[in-house]
Amino acid sequence: MNQAVTQKDGLPDPLTTPLDQLDVADPRRFEHDTWQPLFERLRRESPVHYQAHGPGGQGADGDFFSITRYEDIVEVEKNWQAFSSEPSIAILDPEPDMSVQMFISTDPPLHDDQRRAVQGVVAPRNLREFELLIRERTRETLDGLPVGETFNWVDRVSIDLTTKMLATLFDFPQEQRHLLTHWSDTATSDARITAGRGLSIDERRVIMIEMLECFTKLWHQHKADDRESFDLIRMLQRDPKTANMVDDPLSYMGNLMLLIVGGNDTTRNSMTGGVLHLHNNPSEFAKLKANPGIIPSMVSEIIRYQTPLPHMRRTATRDVELNGTLIPKGSRVVLWYISGNRDSDAIANADQFIIDRPNVRNHLSFGMGIHRCMGNRLAEMQLRIVWEEILQRFDRIEVMGPPVRTCNSFVRGYHELPVMLHPLV
Amino acid sequence: MPVITFIEFDGTEHQVDGESGMTVMETAMKHNIPGIDADCGGSAVCGTCHCFVEAAGPLPGVEPQEESMLGLRPDREANSRLSCQLQISDQMDDMTVRLPEFQM
Repeated sequence: MNQAVTQKDGLPDPLTTPLDQLDVADPRRFEHDTWQPLFERLRRESPVHYQAHGPGGQGADGDFFSITRYEDIVEVEKNWQAFSSEPSIAILDPEPDMSVQMFISTDPPLHDDQRRAVQGVVAPRNLREFELLIRERTRETLDGLPVGETFNWVDRVSIDLTTKMLATLFDFPQEQRHLLTHWSDTATSDARITAGRGLSIDERRVIMIEMLECFTKLWHQHKADDRESFDLIRMLQRDPKTANMVDDPLSYMGNLMLLIVGGNDTTRNSMTGGVLHLHNNPSEFAKLKANPGIIPSMVSEIIRYQTPLPHMRRTATRDVELNGTLIPKGSRVVLWYISGNRDSDAIANADQFIIDRPNVRNHLSFGMGIHRCMGNRLAEMQLRIVWEEILQRFDRIEVMGPPVRTCNSFVRGYHELPVMLHPLV
Repeated sequence: MPVITFIEFDGTEHQVDGESGMTVMETAMKHNIPGIDADCGGSAVCGTCHCFVEAAGPLPGVEPQEESMLGLRPDREANSRLSCQLQISDQMDDMTVRLPEFQM
């Protein structure tokens, strides 16, 4: 590759470099927020794009297809028979000795059994109870924030609130909740998708086993204390199809990882992203101030615009044609939700952040089809409450410097967002 | 044209004329009936237009895609349907469409 490197991400120019020389999944484009031109080009020139080399400089055994248009992504999501979620929903194949089993990476009927067992945690009755609890905690967190001085929104608000919620979902001791963040970050820090900045497989294995031990203890404690509680662990215990999951450590660990990451990174980064997007779009913030009733619509727009999980992967179970391109059996097929969410053929003015846009719920951030996010209502509720409570306390949240973004192709998020709160006048 | 009676979870009723060619989901959206979200816009891939349908006459059958989404619902009943898959025709009988407490 002799391309001149002139981009701030240190990567070849996404518009002039031959497509076959680009790594679509390079996490540095997310770190530097320079991902848009490449995906725009792919949607136009090569919407079902084959990359012969794996991500992060891997050879041909990591080859994959990138699907970048909204309609094509929905088509793949629909066809779970031809596009399986086994063996993995991330670009990379599972590592040896780490092939944990989680229901997001299975197909029916096993998928449906395991998912139904935990779906009740976000059933209406539970959500109503959670709403009171979430509001109370949100108030505590926001009331404890400094006004008129710069602090990191990610630590003080986004991580704090999502981790408290996660501890509640598992009936996990609140005083140890920082461990949940630690495990979630570990689960998504594969060095192979973080431009080498994550942890090695050995480092991650040690931490994941720690998590398994801790949760195995928690399983037995919950079992002994069989009170009426709608936490995820007791729900698994109560359903005959998952009642013995603890005896299958790879399955138990896999599903814990899924529920921890699913309930953590996504909401956390949308909570931060919302602050940034509103700061960058003052006219949208003015709409919000004028009409707080717009919050539910804004929450959907924040989730679309942020797309906290940029992709999911499927694997072709047979030769299948998509939008005129043959995808051979066995191919990795990466669905770039982040690109579909900016596809102007499906969403008008897709690159703009518009909090009262029509059909605001029609986005891909939760995925579609049988693997669609099961925590979407809870996530939307958490974000809605945060914004309701922010507006009652502060005039505005000023972003004081550029965010520090995660260098990760699976989680689009933030390490830091320096902000200053301005008091209501 | 069949008359469609939507009944919200709290019992509120809305009676509207069904238009041939539209789906029950589109009819609900057109008349701003709360309780249907239709996040995927009608492709049977989100499950957020779930409803319980009572009709005297026959309805279009449940296709595999609809079945795969209904299969995930803990609150599924024998008459559960995705309203985006119910296309209205002039020959249809009147129907009652009960909305669930919650879309998920």
